[in-house]
Amino acid sequence: MEEKVKNITTDEQQEYVINMGPQHPSTHGVLRLVVSLKGEIVKNVQPHIGYIHRGIEKMCESITYPQIIHLTDRMDYLSAHINNEAVCLSVEKALEVDIPDRVKVIRTIMSELTRIQSHQLWWASFGMDLGGLTCFFYGLRDREKILDIFEETCGSRMIVSYNCPGGLMYDIHPNFQKRVKDFIKYFRKILPEYDQLLTGNVIFHERSKGIGKLSLKDAISYGITGPSGRASGFSCDVRKHEPYSAYDRIIFKEILFTEGDTYHRYVARIEEMWESMNIIEQLIDNIPDGPFAVKMKPIIKLPEGEYYQRVETARGELGVYIISDGNKNPYRVKFRSPNFVNLSVLNQIASGFKIADLVAIGGSLDLVIPDIDR
Amino acid sequence: MRSIINYLKEIVFGVWSLMKGMKVTGSYFFRPGTIVTQKYPNNRKDLVMFDRFKGEVVMPHNEKNEHKCTGCGICEINCPNGSIEIISKSIVTEDGKKKRAIDKHIYRLGMCTFCALCVKTCPSNAIAFAQGFEHAVFNRALLIKTLNKPGSQLMKGVE
Repeated sequence: MEEKVKNITTDEQQEYVINMGPQHPSTHGVLRLVVSLKGEIVKNVQPHIGYIHRGIEKMCESITYPQIIHLTDRMDYLSAHINNEAVCLSVEKALEVDIPDRVKVIRTIMSELTRIQSHQLWWASFGMDLGGLTCFFYGLRDREKILDIFEETCGSRMIVSYNCPGGLMYDIHPNFQKRVKDFIKYFRKILPEYDQLLTGNVIFHERSKGIGKLSLKDAISYGITGPSGRASGFSCDVRKHEPYSAYDRIIFKEILFTEGDTYHRYVARIEEMWESMNIIEQLIDNIPDGPFAVKMKPIIKLPEGEYYQRVETARGELGVYIISDGNKNPYRVKFRSPNFVNLSVLNQIASGFKIADLVAIGGSLDLVIPDIDR
Repeated sequence: MRSIINYLKEIVFGVWSLMKGMKVTGSYFFRPGTIVTQKYPNNRKDLVMFDRFKGEVVMPHNEKNEHKCTGCGICEINCPNGSIEIISKSIVTEDGKKKRAIDKHIYRLGMCTFCALCVKTCPSNAIAFAQGFEHAVFNRALLIKTLNKPGSQLMKGVE
């Protein structure tokens, strides 16, 4: 990678190479983009990653399966609950445990709440990237309501650690259902306000329509998943194609667009918030009775073999690949994280646009840096 | 001619879309009931955290200065990052038997990730989460806490 950077500076003297990050506010974390410019036009973007590499995959090899879960919280911290679920599902798949219906439904509701709060924060920061500071306050104000629900039931606001192999850590709080219903009622009224503030705004249209086009062919060959991939027409929703938890018993539609520009990646996420609310409304009144966890052995040992489970986080497809040699620690754990893959397409779609558009494109990919570095 | 009309149309539409956004923010200006900001340092007296909130690990003692911790060390094994350390001692019980008992239950708040595995796996429910959240100190050594109070003993009937 270094060689390429050197080549740019020596061979093409016409180009101007600048560093965007690691402390640039629009990269949303410690991501360094080496951008080579010709005038104001982006010629090449080289992401340099690894500033907060913590070696989570290596750490997983020395701890037990229930302990892995608290580390996955810290990868993609905005969809912490879904990451937890991915590890739990793969451990349960390996042990062939039957999970009670109550657990499945609660996990699904929690996942969708996580998705909504993640998209709210994304909307807030995306608006701020494009110069609309109001969005930031409005987005965080509504996110607070979901964080309160998490805090009451799970005990933490962001990094919840609510799942454990075999079920949940505790049962839901008695106020949970009422709070979720109140939130849905409130948010259905608020979401049109988001459209009035940003979606219909003429400055926003000018800055996002036709910018950073990602074709369907590229989306598939790069493996872009999540709302970013679905905005290009890549039908990649794991919830739909390989249903886990309670997704097989509910009706929801996969949000698909064909344009694949920044504007449609934005609209795909807004539509997903509506869809998530529909999913929660179908389940919230029908939480079945039963135990909230299966009694597991105090020391969980997976049988020898390889196990893979994929889930749909707020940003795309997360895969957990566990190789077990029969001990209480995994032999190897690999996370296929959506953000790492989504970042790889940045050079492809940002080249040829202006440097101010790079901020918009990077924001629309919705990158979370700890998930890239792991 | 058409291009001029389109240009003017765009301007009118643009201004209209901006006004729509301004209407939303403006309406909040006249609705002070929708303000959600908490005035945090001023409302400390009546600020109630949720009862499940994971603030810090504590060991509840009763009025006779007794706790339930037997010093089995399960919390130490389950802690993923070594924030709990148990130093045990052997004592002689009333009927003359030698028994292991807890000397110090050391909890390093600075290393804790609040995964709740220690509290969940404790066989005698000796430790619990407290709701305090103002943990900032000037000296890092103050974050290393001893959970059992000095002179405390095992509660009768807990094995």
